[in-house]
Amino acid sequence: MLLVHCPVCGAEGDETDFHGGGQAHVRRPATHDPVNVSDEAQRDYLFIRHNAKGLHFERWRCDRGCGKWFHAARDTVTMEFKAYYGITELPPRELMEQATGEWAGYFKDKLK
Amino acid sequence: MKSRYSIFSLARNALNYHKDWERAWRSPAPKAEYDAVIVGAGGHGLATAYYLAKNHKMTNIAILEKGWLGGGNTGRNTTIIRSNYLQDSSIAIYELARSLYEGLSQDLNYNVMFSPRGVLMLCQTEHELRAFKRTAHANRLAGLDCRMITAKEVKEIVPIINDDPNCRYPILGAYYQPRGGTGRHDAVAWGYARGADSLGVDVIQNCEVTNIMRDGGKVVGLETTRGVIKTKKVGVVTAGNVSPLMQTAGIRMPIESLCLQALVSEPIKPVIDCVVMANTVHGYISQSDKGELVIGGGTDPYNNYSQRGSFPSLEHTVTALVETFPIISRLRMLRLWGGIVDMTGDRSPIISKTDVEGLYVNCGWGTGGFKAIPGSGFVFADTMANDRPHPIAEPFGLNRFAEGRLIDESVAAAVAH
Repeated sequence: MLLVHCPVCGAEGDETDFHGGGQAHVRRPATHDPVNVSDEAQRDYLFIRHNAKGLHFERWRCDRGCGKWFHAARDTVTMEFKAYYGITELPPRELMEQATGEWAGYFKDKLK
Repeated sequence: MKSRYSIFSLARNALNYHKDWERAWRSPAPKAEYDAVIVGAGGHGLATAYYLAKNHKMTNIAILEKGWLGGGNTGRNTTIIRSNYLQDSSIAIYELARSLYEGLSQDLNYNVMFSPRGVLMLCQTEHELRAFKRTAHANRLAGLDCRMITAKEVKEIVPIINDDPNCRYPILGAYYQPRGGTGRHDAVAWGYARGADSLGVDVIQNCEVTNIMRDGGKVVGLETTRGVIKTKKVGVVTAGNVSPLMQTAGIRMPIESLCLQALVSEPIKPVIDCVVMANTVHGYISQSDKGELVIGGGTDPYNNYSQRGSFPSLEHTVTALVETFPIISRLRMLRLWGGIVDMTGDRSPIISKTDVEGLYVNCGWGTGGFKAIPGSGFVFADTMANDRPHPIAEPFGLNRFAEGRLIDESVAAAVAH
């Protein structure tokens, strides 16, 4: 069972007090260029997931606390939470450097 | 060719105190090159290898497994076999699988203990009743032997069920597939492994594939923990571990890996002789030949590669089943296990060619793969041998996610497979 910490209200609880929201930092193509969204870009947004074995960036909601969405970085093999950060924030720098897949590309510019 | 299992071979070996049985399959060292290689020796992979050898005469092939064969989700399910899905394309593949299960023991000369004991899908809300009526009509049109039954008939088939009309989720009826049932999951893997091995397929365990090697958009081989194996055709059938492996070939998958748990109780006398699925309350149950109640439910709600689930999901499942079958409330649970299931966005599988020439993928069976093993292997072998999708596999291509042509079974199948 996971023990989760909410970075917004500070609540601590087990996974039943929270709601997992899946992969984080997925870019919605229509937000950036609503006119030219290819079928492939829309597929990537809706369905393609990095599904990392290891470091995974994901969203959670503090269901029985403040009700806010937030971000977490967790290892999908050891189940260890590496960091919690706000919904508009980026992960800690050392985790961004370890990111793989599309996350690595997304964080590359932010690391500069 | 292997000697056949029969009453005579049993008697002959009994005279030797069963000391001279030949091994069910060899353990060969990998060769330098094969015509085709299957990655992942679970049920789907082994069935693919078997049908490639049997139906398509491709015998210079190997199947690689990182652990022991049938040690992933094939050995970690609740062995339910049914085909009463909503969509035509799903019905086609699951019914092919179910009908192949009927003759599988004879075909493989290996008892897979297919037991068509009947599958009941309970209707516990008005909405569920209506949805299953729709499925029933769709299935009748497709020629499946299924029917709706009343709450009274449910009670006759499953006397231990709670038929209190005033409980939170009363039994309003059920959708019944009498030809569905259960099988022996390990025997399915072992039977296909023995069958494939006797046709010349190399079944290689403890050999993990670490990289899919490409040259100019074509597959040229595999890097494994036991060296490089050259091949021009690769079928990836690695369920929950499909995403990292496909990424080594530059292909990103529409898959998320979650943990699905199941558990068995201590053995008791026969109390339930069919499979009961309660989708509204998230639980399903059957009784094994040993007398253990086999119980399953929904997935844990977050990505997981650890083959260990969390307690709240189990508690949720068991709570629901105790409410539905009050007599099980004092049973102790003997074992529980978790498998890493590969979930797609539409909860339907992927059987597909890929953008890399010679690379094929069969995955996304999520929480319901065991029932599909023979059909999945049958059409995937045909797809690999002929380098074009088998007609039954065609709707399950990877391209459906870009085309928006989804096979939406997530509502019809709900939690319970």
